[in-house]
Amino acid sequence: MSDKQTSKITGETSKFQNRTSIFVKRKRSFTLAFLGVAALFVISAVVTNYDVINGFTSIPKAAIWMVKHFIPDAKAWSRVPYIFSKLIETVLVSVAVTMCASICAFFFSLLGTKTTRSSPWIARTVRIIAAFFRNVPDVVWAMLLLFSFGQNILTGFFALFFSTFGMLSRTFIETIDEVSASCVEALYATGATSIQTVFHGVIPSSMPEIVSWVLYMIETNIRSSTLIGILTATGIGYLFDLYYKRMDYSSASIVVIAIVITVIVIETLSNKIRKVIM
Amino acid sequence: MPILLEFKNVSKIYNNVTKALTDVSFSVEEGEFVAIIGPSGSGKSTILRCINRLVDVTQGSVFFDGHDINQADKKEIRQVRKKVGMIFQHYNLVDRLSVIENVLHGRLGYKSAISGVVGHYTEEEKERAFQILAMLGLTEEAYKRCDELSGGQKQRVGIARSLMQEPRLLLCDEPIASLDPSSAKIIMDYLRDINETMGITCVANLHQVDVAMRYAKRIIGITAGQIVFDGPSDKLTRTKIYKIYESNEGELITDVG
Repeated sequence: MSDKQTSKITGETSKFQNRTSIFVKRKRSFTLAFLGVAALFVISAVVTNYDVINGFTSIPKAAIWMVKHFIPDAKAWSRVPYIFSKLIETVLVSVAVTMCASICAFFFSLLGTKTTRSSPWIARTVRIIAAFFRNVPDVVWAMLLLFSFGQNILTGFFALFFSTFGMLSRTFIETIDEVSASCVEALYATGATSIQTVFHGVIPSSMPEIVSWVLYMIETNIRSSTLIGILTATGIGYLFDLYYKRMDYSSASIVVIAIVITVIVIETLSNKIRKVIM
Repeated sequence: MPILLEFKNVSKIYNNVTKALTDVSFSVEEGEFVAIIGPSGSGKSTILRCINRLVDVTQGSVFFDGHDINQADKKEIRQVRKKVGMIFQHYNLVDRLSVIENVLHGRLGYKSAISGVVGHYTEEEKERAFQILAMLGLTEEAYKRCDELSGGQKQRVGIARSLMQEPRLLLCDEPIASLDPSSAKIIMDYLRDINETMGITCVANLHQVDVAMRYAKRIIGITAGQIVFDGPSDKLTRTKIYKIYESNEGELITDVG
């Protein structure tokens, strides 16, 4: 017995000698990666005629220009109530879109999870549909939908709806499978039907994760809806576009500040909510 | 005693490649306590899951109370499942719900789709749930959330849930593998009690050979999906244990000390 143990230990020490070579290898690969990145930078700078020195020296100039033009003046401050009302509109639309999309996505994703024991064909179709809606960016959705709805709040609504629906369907499938697989098995073993299993097992066990994802999507959608608003001429995005094109930079900067503050507030709020429900 | 459960030449192949069970045949009489032992991956869990159709067999048939389970449609599977309780190594409770809610889940098999979905339980069912909790020493914990419980308590909730089903057969998939020795003894004692006083047949997968020999009157040893031993626990000799685990003298933890 003791012979066996010592032989094992000597085996271990001989392994130690290989360790130095592992460190050498790691260093070598880091150096190679660094050289690779540097080479990529040089090549792309040459191809695009990018002047490195000019690029860096123009930073202070840009900063001075921004300070000069983007400091809100009195006229801009007087626009705050109007900007605020548009901001509220954008936030409410984002929340509404996210809620609608997440309810649809939840029931849709149930068909794609292993928990409902739906046929592999249905599950695969669900995943493909979700991937399609997710992989088309919301801006592209907005541009496509502009043809059918025109510059309208509905266009923005549907654009956000589709991308949110795709994103959440996919995440819900994974979350549900991860969180509730074990209790789902037990509920099926008691003779529960799949609908009963969803209501008594899947929903209670995955709800906190799902709410957390929905909150995250609300944050993301407030940000994206600004961008989509520029395209569809609605909400805070439109206002930013308007001021910007009028070269009323100080008003535009108030819009930006308002968006930043809103996103921070929403983030803090949802973090608080997360802490409570988890 | 009448035969409650019968395996006839059952084979199971996962995804057309992995052989889990090969030509397994045995039968269990009503009221028996059978332990299934064998190395990890030898097919113990698959055997249990074939009984309540969480897994479909590839070949052969499983009879529960005289009915061929493989021929059962969805409705009949539900009928079988509600008469077969199951407890798990990782308890498989809905952790975020209270103990009493988890116990009442045992009644879902008896509910119509809608009254099951809204969770409408009768007063008798609730009373029964509290009786069972009292029997298992969980009265204090009834309204606690399951994630506040210790492992041993969780497993007792699992037992309570399966007892709510009024089962004729209790399947135990590694019931004590995640428990400390003292909670493990409590759980095994409850299982023996349930078997002896309530007359519920028990089939338990176990990793601990000594536990299996102490609690079960009959042991089935399985290696690589085949039954290599089936007999009363006092006939399980050391050489037979080595055969089940495909190992030699001195290589098992039971050999230490």
